[in-house]
Amino acid sequence: MREVAAVFRRDFAAYFATPVAAVFLSVFLVLAAALPFQLGRFYELGQADLATFFAFHPWLYLFFVPAVAMRLWAEERKSGTLELLLTLPLSTAQAVAGKFLAAWTFVGLALTLTFPMWITVNYLGEPDNGAILAAYAGSFLMAGGFLAIGSCLSAATRSQVVAYVLSVAVGLLLLLAGHDLVLAALRAWAPAWLVDSVAALSFLTHFQAIARGVLDLADLLYFVLTIALWLAATAIVLDRGRSR
Amino acid sequence: MIEARSLTRRFGELTAVDDLSFAVAPGEVLGFLGPNGAGKTTTMRLLTGFLAPSSGEARVFGHDVERAPRQARAALGYLPEGAPAWEEMTVRELLAFVARVRGIAPAARRVRLDHVVERLGLAPVLDRRIETLSKGFRRRAGLAQAMLHDPAALVLDEPTDGLDPNQKHEVRGLIREMARDKVIIVSTHILEEVEAVCTRAIIIAGGRLVLDDTPQGLAARAGTDGPTAARIDAAFRALTAGAGHA
Ligand SMILES: Nc1ncnc2c1ncn2[C@@H]1O[C@H](COP(=O)(O)OP(=O)(O)OP(=O)(O)O)[C@@H](O)[C@H]1O
Ligand SMILES: [Mg+2]
Repeated sequence: MREVAAVFRRDFAAYFATPVAAVFLSVFLVLAAALPFQLGRFYELGQADLATFFAFHPWLYLFFVPAVAMRLWAEERKSGTLELLLTLPLSTAQAVAGKFLAAWTFVGLALTLTFPMWITVNYLGEPDNGAILAAYAGSFLMAGGFLAIGSCLSAATRSQVVAYVLSVAVGLLLLLAGHDLVLAALRAWAPAWLVDSVAALSFLTHFQAIARGVLDLADLLYFVLTIALWLAATAIVLDRGRSR
Repeated sequence: MIEARSLTRRFGELTAVDDLSFAVAPGEVLGFLGPNGAGKTTTMRLLTGFLAPSSGEARVFGHDVERAPRQARAALGYLPEGAPAWEEMTVRELLAFVARVRGIAPAARRVRLDHVVERLGLAPVLDRRIETLSKGFRRRAGLAQAMLHDPAALVLDEPTDGLDPNQKHEVRGLIREMARDKVIIVSTHILEEVEAVCTRAIIIAGGRLVLDDTPQGLAARAGTDGPTAARIDAAFRALTAGAGHA
């Protein structure tokens, strides 16, 4: 625990030691606010809720989170600090957890800073604040899923660009698996159970369920398991790197 | 005690460390010599568990580096080749981080920090970011990080590389002093350093052990007269001629 906390603290502070944090946060906030207004006709719908705002989160994370995740291991490997970190008396799992939690907290901070949107809808009408809170929780969990994928792919390469591209590709696959267009195409020929299984694999399906305000244990578990699996894979990739 | 037992490490076709065995006891300073690409850094990575051996084993005070990595690493201080460190951290932050991971109690932390800062002359750069440091100060920060927890064993990959003559002298003095009760392994290309700090020298070439002797014994192999350092130099070249590779 002490080791995880130390790594967490170091990594989280590192975001703010360079302009990286400021750039990431500004870009994220601008996009998070602009997309619902520009593409989602946030105002014209005349509804006092954040449904359009949350609807963009999967697509926003698809490009934003890999940019945070790509540095996690690729940079340590390239600069040689991986050798310093992994020869300290801590397990690979602890290093993986500490770095992941720091990045997740950072993304969580970005998400938290969108609170003016929440205030705005409360000013405009009477939204279901419980549902909004649930959607925020779901969004945060989904961000963790994207991040865990990015962490694993960052561990697998020393090039941040490769890590980014691979993470976006895997993320896109996981989103598209639950997209209406894909599922409709699939439904034309595939049996129902297959369509359902494909949909069940997707971030989109589970996030949309939570974003509707329905906190189902299965959806939460899906994200928690996704995170756990990809982080375990990260540790395995790092450990395998020692013997290759 | 640091032990290598038939330590072997392959990278694909290349055998970087080939059936290497040795043991170093407290009070000894082992000089690890060899031409470029001999396998010195790879051996150190096997001793500290950054790399896993293809076969054989490394032990630190009886702890198998593969099976009990935490205990082995807790007993070790390690300066990796090139003294890597997080560029955006200050020296103080780096040392605080290492102290936290190693679980040094806050009270002891202050004492140890003051000690390494004093011994390595880090006071003027303590709050500077590592990316702004000169090569010598960066190396000293790396040494400080390795010594911080007063480890029973130190593995130092080219600890005096990039230091000015005064600092080289200082660091050699420091190593000799610490050697009283510690196990120390240093790799170096500076052969006068062998005479100055080492109680024992190992030469490897092509990953294989070529010689394990005292600096005096090594010098004697030159078969010539003259200063010890020059004779060590001659012996090194005679023993490793043609062995350097990529
Ligand atoms: N990760 C790796 N993958 C493939 N080959 C490697 C790897 N690390 C080292 N080698 C090879 O293993 C051999 C030994 O390298 P090593 O760095 O241990 O040498 P060294 O004795 O430390 O050399 P130097 O004096 O130049 O520091 C070299 O041929 C090197 O190219
Ligand atoms: Mg080397």
